[in-house]
Amino acid sequence: MHKFEYASPKTLDQAVALLGSNWSEAEVLAGGTDLLSLMKDFVETPKRVVNIKDIPDLKGIRMVRDGSARIGALATIDQLIDAFGKTVPAISDAGMGITSPQIRSMGTLGGDLCQRPRCWYYRAGYGLLAKGENGDALVPNGDNRYHAILGNRGPAYFVSASSFGPALVALKARILIHGAGGKREVDADKFFVAPTSDSGREYDLRPNEIVVGVSIPSTLGVRSATYEVRQKEALDWPLAAASVALKMDRSKKVTEAGIALGHVAPTPWNAAEAASWLVGKTVTEDVAAEAGKIALAGAMALSRNAYKIQLARVAVKRAILKAAM
Amino acid sequence: MAEYTWPEEGKRKHIGKRISRVDGPAKVSGKAKYTYDIIRPGMLYMKVVRSPHAHAKIVSIDTSAAEKMAGVKAVRVIQGPGTEIRWAGDEIAAVAAVDEPTAEDAARAIKVVYEKLAHFVNEADLSAAPAAYRRQPTEQKKGDPEAAFREAEVIVEDTYGNDVMCHCCLESHGLIAEWVDDNNLLVHPSTQAVSGNGGELARALQIPAGNVRIKMDHMGGGFGSKFPIDRWGIEAARLSKMAGGKPVKVMLERDAEMAVAGTRPSAYAKVKVGAKKDGTIVAWESESWGSGGPAGTGMPPYPYVWQIPNTMTRHHSIMTDVGPQRAWRAPNHPQACLVTMGALEDLAAKLNMDPLDFVLKNIEMTGARSGVYRDELLKAAEMIEWKKIWRPRGQGGVGSSGSLKRGLGLSLHTWGGGGHASNCDVTINSDGTVDVKMGTQDLGVGTRTAIRIVAAETFGIPIDMVKEHIGDNSFPSSGSSGGSTTIGGISGSTRRGSIDALNMLFEKIAPSMNTTADKLEAVDGTIRVIGSPNQSMTWKQACAKLGTQPITARGKNPGPGNLTSAGVCGVQMADVTVDIETGVVKMNNFVSVQDCGLIIDMKTAESQVFGAMIMGVGYALYEEKIMDSQTGRMLNPNMEFYKLAGLTDIGNFKVHMMTGKGYDERGPIGLGEPPTVSPGAAISNAVANATGVRVSTLPLTPDRVLEALAKERRG
Ligand SMILES: Cc1cc2nc3c(=O)[nH]c(=O)nc-3n(C[C@H](O)[C@H](O)[C@H](O)COP(=O)(O)OP(=O)(O)OC[C@H]3O[C@@H](n4cnc5c(N)ncnc54)[C@H](O)[C@@H]3O)c2cc1C
Repeated sequence: MHKFEYASPKTLDQAVALLGSNWSEAEVLAGGTDLLSLMKDFVETPKRVVNIKDIPDLKGIRMVRDGSARIGALATIDQLIDAFGKTVPAISDAGMGITSPQIRSMGTLGGDLCQRPRCWYYRAGYGLLAKGENGDALVPNGDNRYHAILGNRGPAYFVSASSFGPALVALKARILIHGAGGKREVDADKFFVAPTSDSGREYDLRPNEIVVGVSIPSTLGVRSATYEVRQKEALDWPLAAASVALKMDRSKKVTEAGIALGHVAPTPWNAAEAASWLVGKTVTEDVAAEAGKIALAGAMALSRNAYKIQLARVAVKRAILKAAM
Repeated sequence: MAEYTWPEEGKRKHIGKRISRVDGPAKVSGKAKYTYDIIRPGMLYMKVVRSPHAHAKIVSIDTSAAEKMAGVKAVRVIQGPGTEIRWAGDEIAAVAAVDEPTAEDAARAIKVVYEKLAHFVNEADLSAAPAAYRRQPTEQKKGDPEAAFREAEVIVEDTYGNDVMCHCCLESHGLIAEWVDDNNLLVHPSTQAVSGNGGELARALQIPAGNVRIKMDHMGGGFGSKFPIDRWGIEAARLSKMAGGKPVKVMLERDAEMAVAGTRPSAYAKVKVGAKKDGTIVAWESESWGSGGPAGTGMPPYPYVWQIPNTMTRHHSIMTDVGPQRAWRAPNHPQACLVTMGALEDLAAKLNMDPLDFVLKNIEMTGARSGVYRDELLKAAEMIEWKKIWRPRGQGGVGSSGSLKRGLGLSLHTWGGGGHASNCDVTINSDGTVDVKMGTQDLGVGTRTAIRIVAAETFGIPIDMVKEHIGDNSFPSSGSSGGSTTIGGISGSTRRGSIDALNMLFEKIAPSMNTTADKLEAVDGTIRVIGSPNQSMTWKQACAKLGTQPITARGKNPGPGNLTSAGVCGVQMADVTVDIETGVVKMNNFVSVQDCGLIIDMKTAESQVFGAMIMGVGYALYEEKIMDSQTGRMLNPNMEFYKLAGLTDIGNFKVHMMTGKGYDERGPIGLGEPPTVSPGAAISNAVANATGVRVSTLPLTPDRVLEALAKERRG
């Protein structure tokens, strides 16, 4: 690990002031479950690490009577599971899919959303966009069994690692941001972006901005679920996942729908077409399966990951069925 | 002369009982110190500069910047300019520094210039192997396979195989080396060869063998990969010398461990096997290939166990620029078993036979111990409820629903074992306690416990009156722990040494009991005259007569009497559910029936089998050393994408050990390897039974399962 300066500010403004104007200068430290590995492996080498765990504003989960919620960026994965287990399974299911008790205990919502891709070329030091010595992209010609099947026309081929991201997109949540220029909010759907350069990021943050929390619109009457296709139950990543949020009328017809896929694209993938197709339908196995097909209509396999298209279809189908149950 | 035998069934007080391992409390409480835990005074940390290229020539090495860094105590070039490197991760240079980060920084400051050469790292597709990476194929023929195939009424042909995998010792390879003076080295390694490593180091360092002291109390797994002291171990000793004798610790980082510290070679085979309509197997033909790295790899014993009358095999040893293979539990057997039992299961399916009936029909072909296989098959079938759950291929076993298809699969295996050479000193102290000193090692399998049990059994005393002293090469030498030879070796030497020590004690006290030594026996904490139990004294009273002169006897294996033998059989049956929409395989139940002669400790024996089954599920479903053809490097040198089975992945295990007449009198036989052989075949067969298709290659990942299903649909 390179030497770095360590700061532990007590307020948001102090924290923001300690961050740099370039990504290489400083990194925010929350639970540290991702950042420390990145630094130990020399994948990220910040000159300064800004610990945000001492900032009270970032903590806590507030449930509002109208069914909405405001979650602090420092809420841990365990806290999210506890808070939303009964009301918003899309969130708690996603949390339970992070199958390490230690990581659930230390990892935070902000850290989950801003964690870096697990692409094995990136993690081995070939850069975010994974280029070889002569600048050619390693993923398309390499082993891409875990890489993207949607939004994968390059230059980014990795998958967004965040399991909460798709749930927040499906729930139409907003990400709350604080920076040198003050506060702003952005739709979860817009927060995630596919970078176009090695020095870019996978989310809409400036280097001196911090995610302070997430606001979730009222979930009264919303049935939600996350379904992950996983090879292993223990300590493993989903191969594909889908989060679904549905409102249904008395006759069980879908009146509103949000569907987002995880671990299949450089960002959580908003399957808006599948969602609007679902509106007005009564959920059956066939309807759910059709929604899965629509969600993956634009998918394109790389050399080794065609199977993920099938897995993602199944994830959408099963998430819809689970939510509607 | 004393008789060297094992006590009969009714007379055993400890042997074969369920005894918890004696080092368990120390391990679960963290008191047990592994090599990784040891911190010696003034210890330096070693880091290694590794080749980033799979195939390259070293042009130049500049260590000057590293040498100047504060805290760096020694720098050495391991492989100099001009050397050809044949795998990524190979050692180029090493540094020792006051702490790990400094050592790491110094290693990164060493500038190595390479001339890159073309590499080859993925051998699954035989046709893609360049000529320079192939050895001349070897061929073997038995009987008249051409004629036998002409007469065969049913023939199946398919491809089977498994990819390269890693050992994944939870404690990585490494050691701490320190010069206690100019000529004497003290080493704490993590090793399978306590008595052997000293000589190896001494040869490399050109000092007398007796000048190297090896010590190891506990180690975190070897599985066949931890016999040699290794180049990094020798380098640690050299760096220590350069640093004035200070202890130098090297423990491989996980990525290095997975890149360089051993693999299990891959094995792929195109198989053709034929039978008569009644199910009699008549002929086998295989064309196989595989790789264990730069030296290629030999042919696993195809066909495995089954003595098919007419066979023809052809094998290609393929070389790759990948870190070299090392022994992995039962070298070559799991591969041979998968290929053979997979092909036979497919043959049974084509014959419309239940594989259990098919295997029983042909059981004579398994040779001299076919009766044991038969008994084990019937026992395992009962345990897994084979006849109740099994349905013909693709129909889905009982309990299938929707996209979830259940299937059963079986396999059988063999292994030699036998006891290695072992020496020990058994001492009876005047306070009644017993010490056994032996230069062996406990790999976590229960060796300490077994030594105590055998000695306590012989002396008729509780096991806590025995203390074993192991993990030190100043004790009588004992073999390395490999090939499932440890339990035979250490039980044999301990039993003989204990019998001799007991006889010396009998000689000593017989006069005071008005009898002769040959009339005495040691039972339940007393020494008494055989046939007249009232003529007795307590064990402690007897030992007290030793006064200041304890008794020590040297126990040896091999030695007089038939205390061990070799050759075991095992059967495993797997019950899986496959989600045919996702290709995900889940274990339901997994049954293992195994013989291993006389069982010293039923609990640790079962535990060995459980461990083997967990590893078996891992390699059947998850494990693969994934190499990148572009960069020549391993893509998953971590515990994240190199996937191991966790507790929630393994399902329910049931183990049955064959004991009693026919087994016990053979003496203890090792168990480290046999139960690791069948899991791949049993699980692969269960998946074939559930889905109706053969997934050719392990691990059985969702992509491969889905691809096999799609291929079937395409026809
Ligand atoms: C084996 C394994 C399996 C896993 N499986 C899953 C899984 O299935 N699904 C999943 O979603 N995750 C999974 N994870 C990842 C885990 O959830 C993340 O490591 C964790 O959520 C990160 O949170 P943290 O608080 O520790 O982040 P940190 O490590 O502290 O930070 C991570 C990144 O986010 C940035 N950051 C953190 N907080 C903020 C903030 N408030 N504002 C701006 N930037 C911020 C940091 O600068 C850093 O770049 C897995 C991890 C492992 C090791």
